[in-house]
Amino acid sequence: MTMARQVRMTVNGAACEGLAEPRTTLADFLRGELELTGTHVGCEHGVCGVCTVLLDGRAIRSCLMLAVQADGADVTTVEGLAEPDGKLHPIQEAFVEEHGLQCGYCTPGFLMAICELLESNPSPSDEEIKDVLGGQICRCTGYQSILRSVHSAAAKLGGGRSATGA
Amino acid sequence: MKPARFDYAAPGSLAEAVTLLAQSGEDEAKILAGGQSLMPLLNMRLARPQLLVDVSGLAELDYIREQGAGLAIGAMTTKRALEQSELVKRRQPLLHAATVLIGHPQIRNRGTIGGSMAQADPAAEYPAVALAMDAELVVQGPDGERCIKAEDFFVTYLTTALEPAEILSEVRVPELPAGTGWSFREVARRHGDFAVAGAAVTLRLEAGRCADTRIVVFGVGDRALRVDEAEQLVDGEAPTSGLFERAGTKLSEVIEEPLSDLHASADYRRDLARVLTQRGLAEAASRAS
Repeated sequence: MTMARQVRMTVNGAACEGLAEPRTTLADFLRGELELTGTHVGCEHGVCGVCTVLLDGRAIRSCLMLAVQADGADVTTVEGLAEPDGKLHPIQEAFVEEHGLQCGYCTPGFLMAICELLESNPSPSDEEIKDVLGGQICRCTGYQSILRSVHSAAAKLGGGRSATGA
Repeated sequence: MKPARFDYAAPGSLAEAVTLLAQSGEDEAKILAGGQSLMPLLNMRLARPQLLVDVSGLAELDYIREQGAGLAIGAMTTKRALEQSELVKRRQPLLHAATVLIGHPQIRNRGTIGGSMAQADPAAEYPAVALAMDAELVVQGPDGERCIKAEDFFVTYLTTALEPAEILSEVRVPELPAGTGWSFREVARRHGDFAVAGAAVTLRLEAGRCADTRIVVFGVGDRALRVDEAEQLVDGEAPTSGLFERAGTKLSEVIEEPLSDLHASADYRRDLARVLTQRGLAEAASRAS
């Protein structure tokens, strides 16, 4: 039973399958088996947030879940954000415009966490945004520009508040 | 940072899960709930089970139900579901307040109430809630069901009264009696981190005097601790800042030497317990009637 088994899931709208040992995390399955290397791996114990993906619409740590647990699930990774023609998602556009990234290593995790936030709460307050951003670590940009990016993305998506949360 | 090899089973029912555990030798199998504590331990190879029994997908353990005036909560109910439940907000404000202090939405989306209770981290919020609310933990094992009071469930650091083949199935949280004031406070280095120390307090006012006071501190011992000596000092007295200060001091004097680590010294934790108790009592009194 420790042997690799077939795992099937929908990733970014496409049916995917691959082999996973029980111990293979969802993050490593996405990267190694499905070759979707946009999902990054950092601390591998749930702290840094860089491996965050959407599982059935919810932002989760893909390093804290086994690939076999995601059998049959609907997964969205950073590769699923932009249009097929390469046009960036409004959240990605906002990150570019508001300097929400610098080296970019942490960015996929931020984008996916913010995806869920804006999906469930189109006009979040500063506090609500910080509750989510607190679960993602960025070591170069500083969080203020990411906070501005989220407000800007919310406005692009039709919600949004002023940067003061008013 | 990759787990050692293990077998994996995702039983289709609670009964099947109990049978699987009963067939496994002691320490061979581990129960996988939301994975937000166990997966880091596996990734770091601090836990090396031979078999993971995954109960996270059991829909029969995912519910929030009214039970009399209290709530019965399935062990695999996520913290996110508890955070977003109107029933919890309205009926169990202390549980709701504790829930939003746990990690971040990204963690609460997977982490479960049963997982936290069974993990029994001494700095975790839910065991403190269970003690403060006088919750009962329902457990299923090969010999059937048993119900364990919170005060008997948490034994010591990461250790509960669960037998190897038992699974926590439900948490029963009684109603907060009418007029009861409550407080749930913690100090963490950053929002979402495990608490350095915290306090949960409930009390009523009876003819202008404190009654039925419950004080639980966490992060300062081998488990969440209910501190009778401080409660007794408060009961029967008028709710004054002087009284709450004395209760905080009493508590800090009677608890055993807290943990000392890179986050905080034992002395600092003891002092946090004192201040959080004092402030928690004042907040609970301001909400009591």
